Amino acid sequence: MTATPILQLRGIDKSFGPVQVLHDVAFDVHPGEVTALVGDNGAGKSTLVKCIGGIHPIDGGTYRFEGEQVQVHSPRDAAAMGVEIVYQDLALCDNLDIVQNMFLGREKRRGLVLDDATMEEMAAKTLEGLSVRTVKSIRQQVSSLSGGQRQTVAIAKAVLWNSKVVILDEPTAALGVAQTAQVLELVRRLADNGLAVVLISHNMNDVFAVSDRIAALYLGRMAAQVRTSDVTHSQVVELITSGRSGDLGLAHTNGATA
Amino acid sequence: MTAAVASEKPEMPDSSGAPKKDGAAAAASLRSAARTYVERVRGGELGALPAVLGLIVLCAFFAALRPVFLSELNFANLLTQGAGSIAIAMGLVFVLLLGEIDLSAGYASGVCAAVLAILLTDNGWPWYGAAAAAILTGTVIGLVLGLLVAKVGIPSFVVTLAAFLGFQGIVLMLLKEGTNISIRDQTILAVANSNLSPALGWVLLAVSVAAYGAIQFRQDRNRRRRGLVTVPLSLLAVRVGGLAALGAVAVHLLNQERSRNIIVDSLKGVPIVVPVIAVLLVAGTFLLQRTSFGLHIYAVGGNAEAARRAGINVAAIRVSAFVICSSLAAVGGIIAASRGNSVDPNTGGSNVLLLAVGAAVIGGTSLFGGRGRIVDAVLGGMVVAVIQNGMGLMGYSSGVKYAVTGSVLLVAAGVDALSRRRAVQR
Ligand SMILES: Nc1ncnc2c1ncn2[C@@H]1O[C@H](COP(=O)(O)OP(=O)(O)OP(=O)(O)O)[C@@H](O)[C@H]1O
Ligand SMILES: [Mg+2]
Repeated sequence: MTATPILQLRGIDKSFGPVQVLHDVAFDVHPGEVTALVGDNGAGKSTLVKCIGGIHPIDGGTYRFEGEQVQVHSPRDAAAMGVEIVYQDLALCDNLDIVQNMFLGREKRRGLVLDDATMEEMAAKTLEGLSVRTVKSIRQQVSSLSGGQRQTVAIAKAVLWNSKVVILDEPTAALGVAQTAQVLELVRRLADNGLAVVLISHNMNDVFAVSDRIAALYLGRMAAQVRTSDVTHSQVVELITSGRSGDLGLAHTNGATA
Repeated sequence: MTAAVASEKPEMPDSSGAPKKDGAAAAASLRSAARTYVERVRGGELGALPAVLGLIVLCAFFAALRPVFLSELNFANLLTQGAGSIAIAMGLVFVLLLGEIDLSAGYASGVCAAVLAILLTDNGWPWYGAAAAAILTGTVIGLVLGLLVAKVGIPSFVVTLAAFLGFQGIVLMLLKEGTNISIRDQTILAVANSNLSPALGWVLLAVSVAAYGAIQFRQDRNRRRRGLVTVPLSLLAVRVGGLAALGAVAVHLLNQERSRNIIVDSLKGVPIVVPVIAVLLVAGTFLLQRTSFGLHIYAVGGNAEAARRAGINVAAIRVSAFVICSSLAAVGGIIAASRGNSVDPNTGGSNVLLLAVGAAVIGGTSLFGGRGRIVDAVLGGMVVAVIQNGMGLMGYSSGVKYAVTGSVLLVAAGVDALSRRRAVQR
């Protein structure tokens, strides 16, 4: 591991009631790179991401951001550091328009009054920067958008804030071929611009196409975090399905991470 | 929320004849704005349309059967009759926007009216002190209800159903098992019983239209300068002109002499409740449409989890909606006390809540949360008042009036459910 990670998690535990979902998870995210987070359904990927984003409090372990240990108690804390998350279920408000969704919770104001003009300008610029041309009007209600358009709005919302870390939870799961390619291209572009990007995906082709590193979760444990160029498709699939592959991955005793 | 319309090229190929070009372009942009509106309605965003149509149909119906319906006296009556439940309905809009309900708003207004009457008449407080205490009572009620819903997590239906019963009891206790306290304070009585002088009516209308126009055009100029999508200027002109025209007709009618016996007493001018409701309307609209707080109300009503992830304090938003609702119910209670010249155990009781919920829903506020505006309460409140008033003129018993109003509420809720389904299906 050459560059210092911008986000560094160690020993993260997380339980929901009696069910422990994350066990002693270590996870590094580097600026300028795409880190793919893979794992089977229910492995704990979304849970890990929600812990990073302050949606779920962590039970134990350390959370370092830019080298400093931090406490993230709420989505606001994460956003304040520059961590933005595009959730699997998108979390957009159907009854609000695109601009309102993009700025939700962080509206631009002039005194008491919403500064709609400025927000509209910024939103338009961001969407343009993402080469989004498919929406008719940025004052359109989100309920009237297609799945791909919603995804784009959610991503635009995340990159609007000059964020440092952008985490995308299965952004292409609901998309067609062309739109998937667009989103992946976007993911790559964000990383090339120096952002740290985390991409959760079940599609190995996508993972190998854009990622620099791969982190594999297996039953709530981090099986391995490796450079994409150092592994093959089948090794990653093995890590996902059995937690180990050759000398990579978890020891039989379910011990420490690699 | 602002009625921004998708930009369509204002110039149409068929805009012939150079001298008429401006007019043609304006007409074309108006036409395209109208088309966008029709599309929105088709897509299930009915907004105020059913209420406005209903109002026109009902007025025509009653006017045809009972010409006295159109008399100036009846017009003024209509406004003062509707004002109390409109104020309560305005508060309910905040709670309905969250997808919650407040069944206790009617009796909350009764409790606040009782507090007002006791302080004014029994304790001799000045009107402003008593009115402030009544509104503060509403605020505290809302705070308690809101905390029970948002912090304890009891469904609002249950909390406010319990409060509905409880407040009914509190009113009885405050009024010593049903005595009636009359209101003698001239200022409070004036709210629902007196009128502005004709001149003052005109001045207020002129000021309101000028302010509305100035705000609209300044906003438009700002957006134009920054190259953002704007509503066609002609549409702005239609809006401002429409407000001015409607207002002028109303003020003119209300300024006519409507006393049956001029020698005894002159009766003319805009009822004071009209500017009171107008102020609440402007303040509520500003709060909901132009501030972060308002946006967060819509967000929580639309998708509470998304709001939470956006860092919005969902519980605080919920509590404040109940606080606003009960505080406005208190205002409704004050208006009712003024109109009845007294407070009795029935103030805020019987059909008050049903009429207020009906007003909000008939006006276009969704029972599913996330959709609605303050003006809905006014439009829907007028529909309800017209039904009550018109059927009264036709000599129907209150039984029939209740049944019809109940049916109208059901129809409005049906329209709400169907238009929502339509919006979801797309
Ligand atoms: N709020 C919650 N309460 C209880 N259990 C939960 C909660 N959220 C997730 N879990 C459990 O945690 C485990 C991991 O879920 P998670 O959503 O993180 O999986 P995932 O890796 O994102 O899966 P997928 O690929 O299907 O999205 C699952 O067994 C799930 O049932
Ligand atoms: Mg997931």
